[in-house]
Amino acid sequence: MSKVLIIAEHLDGQLNPSTAKCVSAAAKLSPQAIDILVLAEQADAIAADAAKIDGVGTVLTVSRAENAQPLAAILAPQVAKAADGYSHVFGPSTTFGKDLMPRVAALLGVGQVSDLMEVIDAHSFKRPIYAGNAIVTVTAPADAPVIATVRTASFPAAGSNGSAAVQALDLDVELPGHTRFVELKAGKSDRPDLQTASRVISGGRALGSGEAFKVIYSLADKLGAGVGASRAAVDAGYVPNDMQVGQTGKIIAPELYIAVGISGAIQHLTGIKDAGTIVAINKDPDAPIFEIADIGLVGDLFKILPELEAAL
Amino acid sequence: MKILVGYKRVVDFNVRIQVKPDGSGVVTDGVKLSPNPFDEIALEEALRLREKGIAEEVVVVAIAPADAQPHLRNGLAMGANRAIHIVSDGPVQPLTAARALLKLIEKEQPGLVLLGKQAIDDDANQTGQMLAALWQRPQATFASELAIDGQVARVTREVDAGLETIEIDLPAVVTTDLRLNEPRFIKLPDIMKARSKPLETLPLSDLGVEPGDFIAAGQHEPPPARARGVMVDDVAGLVDALKQRGLV
Ligand SMILES: Cc1cc2nc3c(=O)[nH]c(=O)nc-3n(C[C@H](O)[C@H](O)[C@H](O)COP(=O)(O)OP(=O)(O)OC[C@H]3O[C@@H](n4cnc5c(N)ncnc54)[C@H](O)[C@@H]3O)c2cc1C
Repeated sequence: MSKVLIIAEHLDGQLNPSTAKCVSAAAKLSPQAIDILVLAEQADAIAADAAKIDGVGTVLTVSRAENAQPLAAILAPQVAKAADGYSHVFGPSTTFGKDLMPRVAALLGVGQVSDLMEVIDAHSFKRPIYAGNAIVTVTAPADAPVIATVRTASFPAAGSNGSAAVQALDLDVELPGHTRFVELKAGKSDRPDLQTASRVISGGRALGSGEAFKVIYSLADKLGAGVGASRAAVDAGYVPNDMQVGQTGKIIAPELYIAVGISGAIQHLTGIKDAGTIVAINKDPDAPIFEIADIGLVGDLFKILPELEAAL
Repeated sequence: MKILVGYKRVVDFNVRIQVKPDGSGVVTDGVKLSPNPFDEIALEEALRLREKGIAEEVVVVAIAPADAQPHLRNGLAMGANRAIHIVSDGPVQPLTAARALLKLIEKEQPGLVLLGKQAIDDDANQTGQMLAALWQRPQATFASELAIDGQVARVTREVDAGLETIEIDLPAVVTTDLRLNEPRFIKLPDIMKARSKPLETLPLSDLGVEPGDFIAAGQHEPPPARARGVMVDDVAGLVDALKQRGLV
């Protein structure tokens, strides 16, 4: 029988919804137990939130000053030790999990399943490769722990009516001093978070400037939507990096995605394939974005967006 | 300081990937192969550090089949001082790659190892982190800025929340994100010069590393296709279509 340990992601004392999505992925294994590990400076409040996630048995906490920031080199040895006795260790396929989990896998001497998108059985999974242009079924050995990052866009968040036990762990692991946190410059935004928003509007190179993104923000606020961007728009400095959607940015699954002035390169499309409805607005009728869009409108975005905002 | 750069050969990012009819993999025969874009960025960064006088030598490493020599020559033409070709017939998994690179590190003693954050074929995003763990050294993944001051590197990382800056002691592993730099173009005279630069070939087995099949790849399939959409003529049509779907 499987026993799954999930590594909680959190920031500023808030549990990230990616954790509850990992729990949904773990539940597909029909395991004997799903536990969550919270590594933090003060883990209690985060653990209390994690304990509410449906299906969780025990929330394990390690509160240490060194855990104040999510540094993989500091967290990995603790996770590797806590993993003892578990058949599976899952983390989210966010930058947090992508940074941490391979380091854990190497410490345990095993391979890693990246971007797990479907559970077939306890050791077989599906994952995307080539920017999502192929899906491969992979099998991890049955006699070693399975280390995986979970593609969060593939799983809904588990409910929050649970009441798991919380238990402090004393891992007694020596931690390296060679890696030090300096600062985090977080893009402050009052809009819904890109990775959990049910509606997202993204702008591309066509916007032409940061100033011009106003038309996107304005429509987003009307719709209560999060705002994303193509790589070209981020590279050009119109918007910060945390807004990039795609193979190397965020993989999202909103109910509604509106791509504005985005051509639809495969690297961008891979980030939005799980969206419920994709709307494309582009002046080029041959833009590849129309091949994947559910609703397409050809025209100049600077004319269309104000009209659309007024019509809603 | 010596810098070791991972330089993988992958299917070019512009190729439309096709799954083989029998599902045994994706079509790679006759398909354009190129350096992994993230590795080109890693190489560019190493060259810039050499140009600033922070590094003396840049060594590119590829684990690839025997026919990958022109690929390594490409890295030399871009500006690496020498190349090491670890010959392996089949693709190797990240943990194997990390073990092989660790063997090279023991031999070469680099002050910095620069790798791409992921290769755009298997999209695993693992090798740098695994290598740092095995080497018991720091890692700074997804770098968009790198500054070296003596034995310390200050790295800005692209994370979901924004930009994180960390400080790491060298030697260390840094993996590159897209906005670290824009790789230079190779000029014709450099291609000529590259012909006489040292290129060492080394069978993977000579490093004492077995290519382990840690995560076995089975059936491949194309991603589920989305149903064909509709084109609307104007904003009114768009609003109607959204209403029909209950989205507004
Ligand atoms: C390794 C790698 C990873 C990558 N990762 C990502 C990623 O994660 N995310 C990502 O997005 N990209 C990624 N890319 C880049 C990707 O290949 C494309 O270059 C990028 O997505 C293009 O952005 P764009 O659509 O905004 O710009 P363009 O391709 O230039 O498209 C602009 C579009 O705007 C339209 N347009 C122009 N003016 C107007 C107007 N007035 N009204 C309406 N439409 C207009 C044009 O017709 C065109 O279709 C990656 C590339 C590589 C090599």
